[in-house]
Amino acid sequence: MRVLVDLNKCQLYAQCCFLAPAVFKLEGEEVLSYDPEPDEQLRARVAQAAAACPVSAILVEAPDAEPQP
Amino acid sequence: MTPQRIVIVGASLAGLNAAEALREAGYDGTLTLVGEEPHAPYDRPPLSKQVLSGWVAANRTRLPRRIALGADWRLGVAAVGLDRERRLVRLADGDETPFDRLVVATGAHARPWPDPGQAALGGVHVLRTCDDAAALVRDLKTARRVLVIGAGFTGCEVASACRARGLATTVVEIGEAPLLPQLGALVADHAKALQIRAGVDLRCGATAAALVGDAGRLAGVRLASGAEIEADVAVVCLGAVRNTDWLAGACLDAGPLGIAIDVHGRALRADGEADPDIFACGDAASAPSALAGGARISVEHWAAAVEQARVVAANIVAPGSQRLDLAPPRFWSMQFGANFKSVGLPPLADEVMLAQGSVESGRFVALYGRAGSLVGILAVNQAQWLPFYERDLLRGGSFPPTYRVVDAPPDAQRQPARFASAAVAGASEPALN
Repeated sequence: MRVLVDLNKCQLYAQCCFLAPAVFKLEGEEVLSYDPEPDEQLRARVAQAAAACPVSAILVEAPDAEPQP
Repeated sequence: MTPQRIVIVGASLAGLNAAEALREAGYDGTLTLVGEEPHAPYDRPPLSKQVLSGWVAANRTRLPRRIALGADWRLGVAAVGLDRERRLVRLADGDETPFDRLVVATGAHARPWPDPGQAALGGVHVLRTCDDAAALVRDLKTARRVLVIGAGFTGCEVASACRARGLATTVVEIGEAPLLPQLGALVADHAKALQIRAGVDLRCGATAAALVGDAGRLAGVRLASGAEIEADVAVVCLGAVRNTDWLAGACLDAGPLGIAIDVHGRALRADGEADPDIFACGDAASAPSALAGGARISVEHWAAAVEQARVVAANIVAPGSQRLDLAPPRFWSMQFGANFKSVGLPPLADEVMLAQGSVESGRFVALYGRAGSLVGILAVNQAQWLPFYERDLLRGGSFPPTYRVVDAPPDAQRQPARFASAAVAGASEPALN
């Protein structure tokens, strides 16, 4: 699964860090870090995180999007 | 005529976004993406952060897709020439790809250390591609002392990641402080304090004169002052060079400053007229900016690649439908636990002032003004306040501002913005962001 956070949009509400802590984490008061290619089994949590983002900064690749290359 | 064959040269952030936006706009003809790197489009900002810190593998930052492209991918093959008359792109493998519309999104490459022999020493790196990042991470695992040459955004982020790994880190910067040409003295002094507090051996006003080798491996650096610093890994962060060489002979306005484009993203010919079928976007493009009074600028930011790519795609499908000079430049940089976010063009400013917070607290907003107008905003650990000031910037706000703000510093004074001299700014470095 591929994930992208638009860090220009991100305002550090950190909802994603609570909902999918294996994928999104704070490394400082306002420093968001994330795993751009987390395991597929985390999809439900990542989807929740993306849906909860108040500024819609998280893009998750759809499972049926063209995976290759 | 409706285009049936669109070729996009460059398969990174700008190229991918252009391709996706074309399909989203209903383009259903042939779409070819040519990429010099063998990799699927990937995101570069994580390379100097999550990847260098060791959390994420260098080949695991591939960009998510918004839509199935149905594209003909030509990865691992560089474009080596453009024949504008015959409307085709020549590839390194000898193939020729004809087009009705061309999008040039060839980006930039890391400026190498100027001495090729020294640059080839084991342990000497640049950071631009995921292969660069993979090689650097491999060396960091056994590094004893890392040398970072150049304290632009990438240099600062590399130094931050190295300190987070617990590595002894020296930063050699020609200017008086990190990020001085980009952000001016007020914020650069803060960037300097962050590095010193994090334990970086920061050498400002210092010039790296030579990389010193021992049996083919890096042993250290000799400064112009004659001082030598030991290091077994060096990261050369001296900025980027736009990939426009392959356009030589195509009679386009293209060179070290990028490919000049008009407000619709069309490439300008050498005679100043726009070519209606050739577009450019991203780091390789030099686009007019409303904030800079219509002057062409190359900001090399992540957001510009995305926004320009979408405008270019819209204008291919519906010519003249969108302008690309309306969105102000924006970027972020994360270093030493601080989040720097900016909107506008701080380097245009002649004055700067703190609008809220304090430098000492590490949370503040600085406003940049020129001739009574707001031209840029820089927020450190105050991301949620940025949109407020951005609205003022888009309205053509005045400087100093006339409104009241929360947490206003009691003694906020306008002060000279004090960027580095042009000579030093030329040696500075743009961001991966």
